[in-house]
Amino acid sequence: MLLIMGFRKGEGMPQPPSSAAPSAEEFMQYQQQLGQAGVHVDSAVLHSFEDATQVQVSDAGERLVTNGPFAESREFLGGYQIIDVPDLDAALDWAARCPGAKYGRVEVRPLAEF
Amino acid sequence: MGPAGEPIEAVFREERGRLPALLAARFGDLDLAEEVTAEALLAAVETWPRSGVPREPLAWLATTARRKALDRIRRDATLATKLATLHADADPARRAEPVPEHEHIPDDRLQLMFACCHPALDLDTQTGLTLRYIAGLSTAEIAQAFLVPPATMAQRLTRGKRKIQQSRIPFRVPGPDELEGRLGLVLHVVYLIFTEGYAATGHHDLVRCDLVDEAIRLARILHRLMPGEPRVTGLLALMLLTDARRQARVDGHGAAVSLEDQDRRLWDTSMIDEGARLTTQALRHHPPNSWSVQAAIAALHDEAPSAQDTDWRQMRLLYDELFAMTPTPVVALNRAITISWHEGPQAGLDHLEALADEPGLARQHHWHAARGHTLARLGRHTAAAKAYRRASELAQTPAEIAYLSSRAEEYTTSG
Repeated sequence: MLLIMGFRKGEGMPQPPSSAAPSAEEFMQYQQQLGQAGVHVDSAVLHSFEDATQVQVSDAGERLVTNGPFAESREFLGGYQIIDVPDLDAALDWAARCPGAKYGRVEVRPLAEF
Repeated sequence: MGPAGEPIEAVFREERGRLPALLAARFGDLDLAEEVTAEALLAAVETWPRSGVPREPLAWLATTARRKALDRIRRDATLATKLATLHADADPARRAEPVPEHEHIPDDRLQLMFACCHPALDLDTQTGLTLRYIAGLSTAEIAQAFLVPPATMAQRLTRGKRKIQQSRIPFRVPGPDELEGRLGLVLHVVYLIFTEGYAATGHHDLVRCDLVDEAIRLARILHRLMPGEPRVTGLLALMLLTDARRQARVDGHGAAVSLEDQDRRLWDTSMIDEGARLTTQALRHHPPNSWSVQAAIAALHDEAPSAQDTDWRQMRLLYDELFAMTPTPVVALNRAITISWHEGPQAGLDHLEALADEPGLARQHHWHAARGHTLARLGRHTAAAKAYRRASELAQTPAEIAYLSSRAEEYTTSG
C-alpha cells in the first residue's frame, strides 16, 4: 500500500520537497499509468483533513467525538493506492513516480496476509 | 567420495556463506534458509563419517537443504501459498532423484548482499545482516565486535530479517539504473566493517580486529563476483594497502605509531604488491572513483621508502582529485596534512586553521594531532604540546591515547 502523506503548514512543520501546489492532472495521469501497467488494485483520495472527526472509546465504553484533525500530528493522509507488485523495489519505483512524493512523502507498507 | 572423516568445517569453511544465500534467493526467507542450512550440516555430520565426504560437498548440502526446506513448507499449512512459487521443485517425482554429484551451484551471495544492504534497512542492520549471512559470523560474535549486548544484536537481526521478508526486499542484483547507488551502499557497509575493526587494532581485542579480515574477505567475494567493477577493485585494494601496515601500527608498549615513524620493514609486501596491482587495474577505468583514488593514495605511501621520500607532489594531486569528488572534512584534513609535506609546515598549518570551524573536526583528535605535528615542525613546542594534549583527551583507543600523551609530554619538556 502506498500511503500518500501531506505535511501540515505552520511553524516547525516538515517541508515538502516541492514548494509548488499539487495538480489534479498529475494525480490523474499517475492513476492512468497504474491502470495501464496492470498493477492497480484499489485507491482513494480523501477530503481535507480539516473535515476529519476523531472518535475514541474509553474503558467504560464512553464515546468521545472531537472535531478536526488530531492536533498533535504534523502530517495528514491524503489518499492511498493499493498496488500488486512482486517486491519492495517495484513498490518503491511506483512510490517514486507518485506525485505525492514531490508534495509530501509516500509511505510504502506491505499489506498483512491472513 | 573424498577421504572419510575429514572435518566438515575444513571442507566447507571457504563456502560457508554460499548455502544460506542460495536458499534465501530461492525461497525469499532468511529464517528458513538459516534453519535448513543448520539441518543440512547436521545431516552431513551424521552421514559423511559413514559414507565419506561427497565429491561435491556443496551440491550435496544444497540439495539436502532444499529438500528440507520443501518438506517444511509442505508441513506448514500457513505457508501454503508459497507452494505456488516453487515451480519444478514442488514436483514430488523430482524428490526421488539421487543427489546430483556435479550440479552447478550458483553463487547467490551477491544477491543476498544487495538484500542485506537495501536502503530500506538502517545502517546498523545492514552491517549486522551482512556479517551474519555473508561473512557467516554468529550473532554473539557480531554483538561482541560492535560492543552491544547479544540480545540487542539478536533483536536487530530478527527485525531486519522480518523487514526483508514482510516488505519483500528482493534478493536481486539491481539493474543498471540503480546499480550505481545500491553498490555504493554495499561498499559502504564493507568499509564500515573494515574501519570498525581497524580502529580497534591495539585494543588487544582480537575479535574486533577480526572485522578487518572479514571485511577483506567480503571484498574478495565481491571482487570475484564483479571482477570488472572498478569500485569493488578499488575498495579491495584500499583495504589491503591499509592493512599491510598492521604490524607496524602499534609499538611493543601498545602505543600507536604514526605513519611517519612506522618501521616500514614490518609492512606486508605481498599485500602491498597485490593492492598495488589491483589499484592499477581499478584506475584503468575512467573516470576514476573515490575508492580507487584512496587506494592510489595508500599505494603511494606503501611504496615510499620513508615519509620524507614520499612523492608528496603526486600525493597532493591525488588529494585534490579526491577532495573534488568527496569534499568531506576528513578528506580536507588529510589534504592539509599533505600540503604541510608538499609546501611546508606553515602552508599546512594555514590549511588546518581554515578547517577550525568545520563541525565535527574540532571534536576529533585527528585535527588536533595534525595541528600538534605541524606546530612542532615549526618549532612552536608549547603550542604543539597543547594541541597534542587536547588530541589525547579526545582520542578513543588506548593505543592512540598513549601515543598522543607521550607527544604532549615530549613537547612540554622541550618547550
